Amino acid sequence: QGSFIDALVVLQMMVRDALNQAMDEELERDERVFLLGEEVAQYDGAYKVSRGLWKKYGDQRIIDTPISEVRAGLRPICEFMTFNFSMQAIDQVINSAAKTCYMSAGFQAVPIVFRGPNGSSAGVAAQHSQCFAAWYAHCPGLKVVSPWNSEDAKGLLKAAIRDDNPVVFMENELMYGVPFEMSEEALSKDFVLPIGKAKIERPGNHVTLVSHSRCVGHCLDAAAVLAKEGIECEVINLRSIRPMDTDAIEASVMKTNHLVTVEGGWPQFGVGAEICAKIMEGPAFNYLDAPVTRVTGVDIPMPYAKILEDNSVPQIKDIIFSIKKTLNV
Amino acid sequence: SLLFSDEGPADTAVLTRDQGLSYYRCMQTIRRMELKADQLYKQKIIRGFCHLYDGQEACAAGIEAGIERTDHVITAYRAHAFTYTRGVSVREILAELTGRQGGVAKGKGGSMHMYAPHFYGGNGIVGAQVPLGAGIALACQYQGNGQICVALYGDGAANQGQLFETYNMAALWKLPCVFVCENNRYGMGTSVERAAASTDYYKRGDFIPGLRVDGMDVLCVREATKFAADHCRSGKGPILMELQTYRYHGHSMSDPGVSYRTREEVQEVRSKNDPISLLKERMLSNNMASAEELKEIDGEIRKEVDDAAQFATSDPEPPLDDLCKYIYHNSPPVQVRGTNPWAKLQSVSSS
Repeated sequence: QGSFIDALVVLQMMVRDALNQAMDEELERDERVFLLGEEVAQYDGAYKVSRGLWKKYGDQRIIDTPISEVRAGLRPICEFMTFNFSMQAIDQVINSAAKTCYMSAGFQAVPIVFRGPNGSSAGVAAQHSQCFAAWYAHCPGLKVVSPWNSEDAKGLLKAAIRDDNPVVFMENELMYGVPFEMSEEALSKDFVLPIGKAKIERPGNHVTLVSHSRCVGHCLDAAAVLAKEGIECEVINLRSIRPMDTDAIEASVMKTNHLVTVEGGWPQFGVGAEICAKIMEGPAFNYLDAPVTRVTGVDIPMPYAKILEDNSVPQIKDIIFSIKKTLNV
Repeated sequence: SLLFSDEGPADTAVLTRDQGLSYYRCMQTIRRMELKADQLYKQKIIRGFCHLYDGQEACAAGIEAGIERTDHVITAYRAHAFTYTRGVSVREILAELTGRQGGVAKGKGGSMHMYAPHFYGGNGIVGAQVPLGAGIALACQYQGNGQICVALYGDGAANQGQLFETYNMAALWKLPCVFVCENNRYGMGTSVERAAASTDYYKRGDFIPGLRVDGMDVLCVREATKFAADHCRSGKGPILMELQTYRYHGHSMSDPGVSYRTREEVQEVRSKNDPISLLKERMLSNNMASAEELKEIDGEIRKEVDDAAQFATSDPEPPLDDLCKYIYHNSPPVQVRGTNPWAKLQSVSSS
């Protein structure tokens, strides 16, 4: 009697390839979608995220721009080589993109995606390492998305492109080359993740860790270490900064009674600060057994020297230390 | 060759033996320093961004020869050469690239953020240095010190809006600013033809007079710079200089530099138009120096750069105590939040 074994083909995909696939599918699906930015076409993208797209879609849909900010009325995907350079165009992002739907009482929608690497990289020093999550998420009219893994990258980018509003899509240069498993569902052309919904990457009972982008991986690493000591962390991947899935955070805190936020950006007026405020304003506050702890980047411009840079960003040991202090163990 | 508006720089120049040897030494030092940086980068001892200047030496050397020590210079991120011409040792430059405490910025800045007296970096954001340059020129005018500012940018930055705002203000207020476009034909991977509606960068200043200069000839650059500096110093307002030059390396160490241009093109410039070779041939054919003499200089430079690299790889990294230093200037110490609420760090200001 024969038996059949289902061969489970597990495909690994790097974050940059997931972003590439998302853009390729959306360019194919809707001819109003096009990509513009420095070096996105013939150079294949400064970080190779748009590799192959110019060859496939040509000059009209993949446009190399000179160094200046550009807006158009179709469904543009505007790549910033890094978000540090977006400051040159930030007036347009805020005053022309974010506020227009409101100012026109719904008449003029702005279906645009601003995407590119955000936050710290490795050795690129002060002017190229800033995290802009807090700056953009401060503004009504924008949606702000921060993927961590390849599934996030693909599903959220497709959602951002299909969204009729300006979406700031913050990638991470150090994550581009990291491979993750992609489910069959994630590989399909209709795989879209909802903006505004977080994901519980790891369930736990003792403490809630909330993070976004690369730090999600650090949280999972910290959780693995602490599990050996009997501390079970629930790790929430925000996926969206604005709108933020406050319900998911509250539900988790009401279960674990402890909250630690982890981000790469600076502490003052940041993502963690906002989460603290939200928790205090909602039902979860009464379930806290300790104040919320924020783990953040150090409040300094990013230094260049490796030893200084390493100590300017949250390391796994900082997360573990903070969790234990919060749990008073 | 020089092309000029109405009056322009002299089309002959005098080169003394001492000057020739000095320019040769300067350019060769820059060349060897940049190649050493290439080596160190490939060994991963230099990290992050590293934009090399080899091929463009005549620009930095010629400009320095045409201005006074007390004048001011600001440029973008392809800045190692200017850091050198403005007086910082190869040692301190390489040690900054390797992120050590002996680096000119104590390891805090890296490749794109080196500073010196009357040299304002080293700026990472394309084009941002140009308005700053006009501001420095304003300070010179305000203080009536007779100094000028040389503000450099590339062909890529030439299309930036903030440059045109700067031209307007500099011309309106007659600021003593020499705008210099180092046109090396490519803004990262984009050739000038694909980026610019007009590639006559020396004309971009519109109402500001402009010169187009052979940036591979150190004497051309020097004479044009002298002319430009005199123009500014005499109160006539700003002036624009386009230096036609070439970089052998890609945009940065992450760019092989051959996906958007041919190896033949690079080779052609190297063999027919290398700035150091041009000067060397000129000096040899005019009996201003012997081949042995120049070779000896080469040897001295090689040793200087090797010693500098030795220092740069053995000097310790900055101490962790430095982490929060110099956030502010002349300010009382502040407490700085570390990665978590229990990490309270101290910041000492500079003074």
